[in-house]
Amino acid sequence: MKIREIRDVLNAEVLWGEDLLDNEVHYAFSSDLMSDVLAFAKRGTILLTGLINSQVIRTAEMADINAILFVRGKVPDKEVIRLAQESSIVILTTKYTLYTTSGILYNHGLRGIEAYNT
Amino acid sequence: MGTLSYEFSVEKDDFERAGEASSKIKKILMQLGMDSSIIRRVAIGAYEAEMNLVIHSLGGTIRIDIDPKSIVITAEDIGPGIEDIELAMKEGYSTATEKIREMGFGAGMGLPNMKKCSDVFEIESEVGKGTKIVMKMYLKDGD
Repeated sequence: MKIREIRDVLNAEVLWGEDLLDNEVHYAFSSDLMSDVLAFAKRGTILLTGLINSQVIRTAEMADINAILFVRGKVPDKEVIRLAQESSIVILTTKYTLYTTSGILYNHGLRGIEAYNT
Repeated sequence: MGTLSYEFSVEKDDFERAGEASSKIKKILMQLGMDSSIIRRVAIGAYEAEMNLVIHSLGGTIRIDIDPKSIVITAEDIGPGIEDIELAMKEGYSTATEKIREMGFGAGMGLPNMKKCSDVFEIESEVGKGTKIVMKMYLKDGD
């Protein structure tokens, strides 16, 4: 799914990365636990989270995550946005909650990552 | 090439700069043109180790040694040391404070994650002295 489509279906605002909206993501992972993101997220994942500190960007950087969507209308401070820019990570914010955001994206065909075989 | 080594100091409780050392390590490996999968493993392992130093230690260093056969990350601190390593290695076990958890860490996944990223993982610790973690990743042809 293109990041541009994600922006559109969630009425999201792009905080950084307007030029990278045609990049594709293949999975979404919703979590406020960064160690779980590091353990389970794959390359080509968009991270959905309510955390807005710099560690979220660092986590994405290390795990090769190229897009982060902040939920519940959260907006990180300038320093965090600058860090995302430095690592070429697209960041967006939506007013939807984490659950609703995940549901909307799932409905549009974006699948999650299974942590364990079920 | 011979062995390339870099060392970074990591301060206790310095959440502003936490991740900088790992970010530099990742950029070094990218500049060397290494394969993205191995870079990702090293970056994640280094970052978990770096966060552990910031959160739990009194301060320490992260070192990377790169030779044609392997990459070795060594995280060493000056204390306080881990009492029960077996327990610390258990997924979900953490001694992190509520404040740390609010930042998205302290899920008890750090050490298991480091082990998962490594081909060889070693940890030794002495209470009152410090902890040393060594993560070795072997390079294959093409990395």
